[in-house]
Amino acid sequence: MKTPRTTIGRKLVTAMMLTSTAVLILAGIVFVAHDYTSSRRAMVQALVTRAHILAANSTAALAFQNPEDATQVLHALGTDPTMIGAALYDSHGQLFATFPARAKPGTVPAAPMATGHHFERSLLAISEPVVETGQRLGTIYLESDLRELNQRLHADAIVLLLSVFGSIAVAFALASWLQRGIAHPILALADVARTVSESKDYSVRSRTVGDDEVGILSEAFDQMLGEIQRREREVRLLNADLERRVNERTAELEASNKELEAFSYSVSHDLRAPLRHVDGFVELLTKHASSILDEKARDYLTKISAAAKRMGALIDDLLVFSRMGRTEMRKTSVNLASMTADVIQELRDDAKGRLVEWKLGELPTVQGDPSMLRLVLVNLLANALKYSGPTKEARIEVDARAQNGEVVVSVRDNGVGFDPAYTHKLFGVFQRLHGSNEFEGTGIGLANVRRIVSRHGGKTWAEGALHEGATFYFSLPR
Amino acid sequence: MLKRILLAEDNENDLELTLTALAEHNLANEVVVARDGAEAWDFLCHKGAFADRNGGNPAVVLLDLKMPKVDGLEVLRRMREDPRFKAVPVVVLTSSREESDIVQSYKLGVNAFVVKPVAFDEFIGAVKNLGLFWAVLNEPPPDRISPASAA
Repeated sequence: MKTPRTTIGRKLVTAMMLTSTAVLILAGIVFVAHDYTSSRRAMVQALVTRAHILAANSTAALAFQNPEDATQVLHALGTDPTMIGAALYDSHGQLFATFPARAKPGTVPAAPMATGHHFERSLLAISEPVVETGQRLGTIYLESDLRELNQRLHADAIVLLLSVFGSIAVAFALASWLQRGIAHPILALADVARTVSESKDYSVRSRTVGDDEVGILSEAFDQMLGEIQRREREVRLLNADLERRVNERTAELEASNKELEAFSYSVSHDLRAPLRHVDGFVELLTKHASSILDEKARDYLTKISAAAKRMGALIDDLLVFSRMGRTEMRKTSVNLASMTADVIQELRDDAKGRLVEWKLGELPTVQGDPSMLRLVLVNLLANALKYSGPTKEARIEVDARAQNGEVVVSVRDNGVGFDPAYTHKLFGVFQRLHGSNEFEGTGIGLANVRRIVSRHGGKTWAEGALHEGATFYFSLPR
Repeated sequence: MLKRILLAEDNENDLELTLTALAEHNLANEVVVARDGAEAWDFLCHKGAFADRNGGNPAVVLLDLKMPKVDGLEVLRRMREDPRFKAVPVVVLTSSREESDIVQSYKLGVNAFVVKPVAFDEFIGAVKNLGLFWAVLNEPPPDRISPASAA
């Protein structure tokens, strides 16, 4: 099993950390913003209250036009380092007193501002009327820096950062601990799956407990394993049954093959013997009684002998035919070119005194049983030679071509040919299209050819016409 | 000089034809006939009907395969397992051209395997050749080639 690039555990920790950090930062920002605005409000409130007190203390100074007293009153602000400046204006809006006492011009506004407060970049300024018994005596103006506010903001940020880092550490520890509860059952499940696929043991169960999705997954996995185990058992039973049936059939086939063998064995032994006796005693009879037998009787004896010999030949051919269907094929590479040349050499004796032109095309090497394929060639070439007997200049061509992934071999002669109406009978056992007085033979050759070729997975067919020669084809898989 | 031939053959007709063929070439005089494998074995071992026979091993045993009681292959097997007959030439003379018979016979150590031809003239020729070769031309192993006598 390949090692994953990342683990579920790591993913879970990352997810939890990201979530908690984001929540923490968001909450921190909201908290700081709220703290900042409420601090500003409280600061304004404090400054207004102070202005009211100062206003109340300076009513006499304003009423009696005594700026020294007013300056004295404002001087008390010196104890508060956050106070930057202050001013009193009389009822006409003229600057009456300032703090610090000798403030440079421009430090405080020359004329009173409208009642209210406003923040500037680094200071808070308020302006309040000085009123006594309903009569407006003047205006007080106070300026405070934002040091306290900034200090508070600063402290807030530090607290926020510290709590974020602390929380991250705690969240990491918690997440690492918690992810085990999720990742471990999954890893255990993966382990079981690997064990199953490696040992092919479907009786293993994950037995992972849990009420979450992993628990459901593991339960489904166990169910699947159970199903596989059941099916495997079924398949095994089916296989065993199949094997048993194959064995039975094989035994039956072997038995019938044995019977067939026994049959052909006894044909070979017991059927040939009486024929030999018939021929033997006919021969002996001919020898012993020829002087007292007339021409006709001697002719009968000749016919009996010929019939016995022919039946012997038929039995021999039938046994060969039966053997061709039973014997095991031993496939090797067969060079058709050299095999054909050999067969032609063998047939030379049969063609003695005849004018025969043999023509060989390019013949390939095929896969097959050499002795069987040799029999095919012997039969086809001997047939071509036999049936071209009456032709003055016999011409026999052997050729091959590739067709549809097969090798098609053809044997063409210019002999007596055959009536195409009987093509279907050509390859039958003991089927002959010519009288035995015309051409000798038992009629088993082409049946052997067909049986051998079909055992090699090929086909046999023929083309021809009366007195126009014949072409026999057989195909072999490449 | 003519040496003794043991002919194991159960079939009356085959026997007559074989003997006729041998007689035609004056080879029949020294032929001993066994009608089945058991008799052939008795002859070889000087037992039963042949308990009192004289002479040693035949120059050749012509053996039919299909015989009652003890068949030809069994006789051949016993002979090749017995030190007394291990070296005696055996020719299987049978109707069958069955490959399994041929293979089995050679595995058991037969000296020749001859299929009886259906045509009588060929049959006569075959038997004549066999008789001439084994009973005249071939020099059989010295009698009782057993380990005991060799020592």
